[in-house]
Amino acid sequence: MKVFMLGWEFPPFISGGLGTACYGLTRAMDQLGMEVMFVLPKMVESKYATHVKLLTPGSRRSASFSKFDELKNVKFHAINSSLQPYSTPDTYQQRIEEKLRHKQEILGGSISSASQLFISKDYSSDMYTEVHRYAAMAADLAEDEQFDIVHAHDWMTYPAGIAVSAITGRPLVIHVHSTEFDRSGEHVNQMIYDIEREGMHRADKVITVSHFTRNIIIDRYGVSGDKVEVVYNGVERSGKWSMDETVIDKDEKIVLFLGRITMQKGPEYFLHAAKKVLEVMDNVKFVMAGSGDLMHRAIEMAAELGIGHKVLFTGFLRGEDVQKIYKMADLYVMPSVSEPFGIAPLEALDNDVPVIISKQSGVSEVLMHALKVDFWDVDEIANMVVAVLKYPPLQMTLRSHGNFEVRRLRWKDAATRCVKIYEEMLVPV
Amino acid sequence: MPSVCFYFQVHQPVRLRHYTVFDENDQYFDDYKNSSICRKVANKCYLPANRLLLDVIRRFKGRFKIAYSVTGLLLEQLERYSPEVMSTFDALAETGCVEFLAETYYHSLSFLYSRNEFAEQINKHVEAINYFFGQRPRVFRNTELIYNNDLAGLIESMGCFDAIITEGADHILGYRSPNFVYQPKGCNNLKLLLKNYSLSDDIAFRFSNRDWAQWPLTADKFARWVSNVNGNGNIVNLFMDYETFGEHQWEDTGIFDFMRHLPEEVLRHPDNDFKTPSEVIESYGSADTVDVPHIISWADTERDLSAWLGNAMQSNAIHELYRIEKKIKNTKDEKIIGDWRKLQASDHFYYMCTKYFADGDVHKYFNPYDSPYDSYINFMNVLDHLHKRCSGEMDGGAFCPVPGQNPPELLSGPTSGVNNLPDLQPVE
Repeated sequence: MKVFMLGWEFPPFISGGLGTACYGLTRAMDQLGMEVMFVLPKMVESKYATHVKLLTPGSRRSASFSKFDELKNVKFHAINSSLQPYSTPDTYQQRIEEKLRHKQEILGGSISSASQLFISKDYSSDMYTEVHRYAAMAADLAEDEQFDIVHAHDWMTYPAGIAVSAITGRPLVIHVHSTEFDRSGEHVNQMIYDIEREGMHRADKVITVSHFTRNIIIDRYGVSGDKVEVVYNGVERSGKWSMDETVIDKDEKIVLFLGRITMQKGPEYFLHAAKKVLEVMDNVKFVMAGSGDLMHRAIEMAAELGIGHKVLFTGFLRGEDVQKIYKMADLYVMPSVSEPFGIAPLEALDNDVPVIISKQSGVSEVLMHALKVDFWDVDEIANMVVAVLKYPPLQMTLRSHGNFEVRRLRWKDAATRCVKIYEEMLVPV
Repeated sequence: MPSVCFYFQVHQPVRLRHYTVFDENDQYFDDYKNSSICRKVANKCYLPANRLLLDVIRRFKGRFKIAYSVTGLLLEQLERYSPEVMSTFDALAETGCVEFLAETYYHSLSFLYSRNEFAEQINKHVEAINYFFGQRPRVFRNTELIYNNDLAGLIESMGCFDAIITEGADHILGYRSPNFVYQPKGCNNLKLLLKNYSLSDDIAFRFSNRDWAQWPLTADKFARWVSNVNGNGNIVNLFMDYETFGEHQWEDTGIFDFMRHLPEEVLRHPDNDFKTPSEVIESYGSADTVDVPHIISWADTERDLSAWLGNAMQSNAIHELYRIEKKIKNTKDEKIIGDWRKLQASDHFYYMCTKYFADGDVHKYFNPYDSPYDSYINFMNVLDHLHKRCSGEMDGGAFCPVPGQNPPELLSGPTSGVNNLPDLQPVE
């Protein structure tokens, strides 16, 4: 069976859970012997020059493919596009403008208004157009390929999924890693909602990462429940037991927030809980690792609460830095307001860090050995944080049981579930 | 001629309220939850079961007999929330066909951690039973049927008990059957009654299980199984939670009808009868000595302590609890001592069990917490506050030198002293 997969970023480009999930799922499918054609948007940016040769973009046709060494059955196609996960039309606009300025600098000051117009057309400054331009290019690409299933991850690739499915007549699977309601609360962007809704309704099957998300799809997008399947994410075990590094002998405990600092992730609840904890404990520091549109607001808030000296902001971390911060942390807190799944707590447990997770998350459906709390209940978050830091047996039990539990959440099972769903769809009715 | 010996365990803990590290008051217990659970169980189980058994006892004019062990914690709650249950127990006591057993008043694990506290709680329970039901218990059962040779020795040394009850675990009996009276190793007078877990669990656990080959279990079928013991046993000890009737097995499973008809089916065979534990040990001599060097209990399939002390949180919580015993008692503050004792109920540690947590198993029953971690945090917050209360009243002079730090296994060793317990006085 061959899958035409419309996905997102692969290592080392990962900026969040979506890339991790696409990578984990695809890799596991590869190991199951599934053939996967992985299509992803590729923004041509000079600072990633080293990786560009890996995914060499074709000059005019803007589609190319390459192979990851470890993945035997996966082919990659990168489509030139400035789409990025977690974008909103606003941030998209900003990025395009930056790009334009950059280009202007290269071309020198002599650039005319006419060529400016030309450039902005080339990169299609408006996101809506870009999503559909991407769809057209993907459909173009699909015409030359043979496959059985179209599988699209999150809203920006839904139009592409619909187009590819329509042209080739292959069934469409929409994989929902998050919805507009998770990202924006009640202030949804109508355009994004419409794209999501159309994708879900046109799809032959919808896969969600949790029952939490499945309920949102049914309640708020009006999708019939028998079409929506839950496939939990897995976790890629790092498998590194690097005991060689000296154990950090520190007087201060470290409580970690790791994720995008956006409304969805509940950074303000983390800070309010921190304030409460510091009322009864002193030897503790709170680390916020990540970036996002609320980062500056969060820094201000820490200062306003009078705990600025106790809260550290690291900015966005990747690769080894993530491992390092886990190694330092005594506790991981995920106070997400609405979290379709949440892979990060699994990674924390894999790194022997106990976790507190919000009940408004998909991962709380699969983790038993975690402390669970309502994201708004800062008193209770603080109560739990203090308990974990104060009572070593609690930390120990959470850590050992949690680490064991995480081993049962494997991408292989997620991939197997997906394949089963494909097979059911391909059975002639 | 098997004698059927019924004993029902009747207990509800006093549950804690949600108590955070920020709480600063001594209201630890959830009165609302405790009263509503107490009333609910009273209506579904205690009242209908008491009335049914009272009716059966009267109908059979002294030929049907049973025994109860009612914890002090439940007696207190019944008095407050469901006094009508107390009057039905009283009516049962009046029939002369009902024996009340002794145990630790607070349904505690104190045997493992503090022998002084253990003896005090037994005495308190004996007094309470005497006060409410006019009987002085002569048979002892320890919390969760926790037992070893040491316990038997200790109970014998108290001088006021004739027998002790525990689980008829396979690994202590070997080829022997639980259907005889035994003698604990090292005891001269004390007798041992062992639970026939197979027949007991047929009622307590399997009764409504439709996957069980013997379902549905009828009174005449069960009476036949009892009669089968004829010739290779004297007694059939059916020990179970009283909540089996109406709670663990709901009324619509037919459990009450089963119980209503069981006596006449058992008595249909002329050799069968019903006896209370005290009557059993009067009627039958001990068949053999049973050696139990290691601790057993009636819990789960392991029959050990792992349901209460199986993980680091549980053992930490209970060690911390008994570590402050002296401090608590030195305050001489009834309220503080009472709160501390209520925290000793084994249920608090049971809620912290992670053993079957992932499978969401029986441990959930009446469990007020979503997870074992929540229960540990809550318990430790309360204990911490309690500790502060007694520290505030005495200025550090008598700081306790950590007496209870031994893991429970060590207490079961041959060296642990039964004799050096000066506080242990017979009750009478």
